[in-house]
Amino acid sequence: MTGLWTLFYKELLRFWKVSLQTLLSPLVTTLLYLLIFSHVLEAHVQVYPGVGYTAFLIPGLVMMAMLQNAFANSSSSLIQSKMSGNVVFLLLPPLAYWEFFTAYVAAAIVRGLMVGLGVGLAGLWFTPVALTHPLWMVAFAVAGCGMLGAAGIITALWAGGYDQMAAVQNFIIMPLTFLSGVFYSIHSLPPFWQALSRYNPFFYLIDGFRYGFFGVSDVSPELGLLIVGTCFLALSLATLALLKSGYKLRN
Amino acid sequence: MTPAIEIREVHKHFGSLHALRGVDLTVEQGEFFALLGPNGAGKTTLINILAGLSRATQGCSRVMGHDVVADYRHARRALGVVPQELVYDAFFTVREMLRFQSGYFGLRRNDAWIDELLHNLGLTDKADIYTRLLSGGMKRRVLVAQALVHKPPVIVLDEPTAGVDVELRQNLWEFIRRLNRDGHTIVLTTHYLEEAETLCSRIAMLKQGQVIALDTTHNLLSAHAATQVRMRLNPSRLPDVLRTLLVAEKADCFHLVLKDYSGLEKVLATLREANVAVDELEVSKPDLEEVFLQIMGRAGKEMAR
Repeated sequence: MTGLWTLFYKELLRFWKVSLQTLLSPLVTTLLYLLIFSHVLEAHVQVYPGVGYTAFLIPGLVMMAMLQNAFANSSSSLIQSKMSGNVVFLLLPPLAYWEFFTAYVAAAIVRGLMVGLGVGLAGLWFTPVALTHPLWMVAFAVAGCGMLGAAGIITALWAGGYDQMAAVQNFIIMPLTFLSGVFYSIHSLPPFWQALSRYNPFFYLIDGFRYGFFGVSDVSPELGLLIVGTCFLALSLATLALLKSGYKLRN
Repeated sequence: MTPAIEIREVHKHFGSLHALRGVDLTVEQGEFFALLGPNGAGKTTLINILAGLSRATQGCSRVMGHDVVADYRHARRALGVVPQELVYDAFFTVREMLRFQSGYFGLRRNDAWIDELLHNLGLTDKADIYTRLLSGGMKRRVLVAQALVHKPPVIVLDEPTAGVDVELRQNLWEFIRRLNRDGHTIVLTTHYLEEAETLCSRIAMLKQGQVIALDTTHNLLSAHAATQVRMRLNPSRLPDVLRTLLVAEKADCFHLVLKDYSGLEKVLATLREANVAVDELEVSKPDLEEVFLQIMGRAGKEMAR
């Protein structure tokens, strides 16, 4: 287990050493969203009865920041290692493919949760937010970060360069997060888009995470967690299979 | 005794390129072994397969008796590889890198050995510096240190002295020699043939993915590089009997090739009988460079057939 722990620790140290970029800058960006949207919409929008728009927005933004940072952590670390060639330092030692997976995903979860915690705490300064079901909240947070951590590994394995990496981030991950109900409840959408949103796994993440705060959600949290859990499992199995086969790493 | 390295019938295809065509190689424990060959011969591919960085299309390889695929944990623990590329991780210092590398190999408290490695490689004052800030030669030393953190019995160096200045090259070889004396098996690939000649006891030559020569350095030198003699004669006329030995005629000089030194006496006797005086004479010793070119040339012709 020493190998796994070392790799996990190395991954933590990597983002910690550049925390201005990996922790502080997503925190600031997310808070700017909060500042602007809450200023513009607080007086006009109420999604759930008794929940102000700013309070509604905070869990969505926290989840969005967590997802993006979990993805960024595993994907940027691995693509940098691949492009600079220092991935051999991980391929020469007797590390098993599942140790590789576990260390990268765990570090992605830690970074995601740290950013999420930062955004959440800063959000409290804007408006108090209830925390009705903390365990549901934690379950969706961890599953979301894990899912995106695994997706980050797959993307970095597949990508031939930074350009392809950025394409996945900007054309897949970003739209999926923005269109998942961070800024709105899907009930406010026209029927077509509402139906389409149900095919977006990120929707269940944000909806379930919000349930942890307000005890209200568009979909039941059990179903949400089942869907999210299945997605996490499927992505994990896919990542493990790729790592085991040595896809674009050992050929 | 278990061989340090065993490679059996290894083939590697990259798409339509047949990079390794049935390589068979055994390196015994304690050997100082050289893998020579022109660019693209398959040296690095072979090392990558041994190190688990690449998978053979066919065939198997073992390090200290451990299969590199089925028993990769033991095989990789027994192997230290110094990669050809000057790679480094921009985020970490030399010591951090060495600690991580130790950890990946399952070693927890390895600082005593890390300090010794740093000392032996002249890196002690660079320990807490970010690797990216070091010069190329220093980065190379860090790679050597990284390959040795887990005290592997078998050490593979893929062109370790490419682009390294003379002093460092000497230091590095001194250190590697010491490791070899301490019982480590050393395999190296190099473009500097004189390095292989002075350091290695056995040599394999690779061309287009095949082993075309495999012998002790001594045997290769004596079998292939015949002694060459350059002579200026007076009158400048070579007796017909000696024509068979002639390989070149340049600037009034005859270049003859002899099996060994004893052939020289016969040549001189023939010249004396023909009343030809020798004005100038130079005997060149065989070196690996010639052997290399000879074997490569011959293999090229055979492969073309």
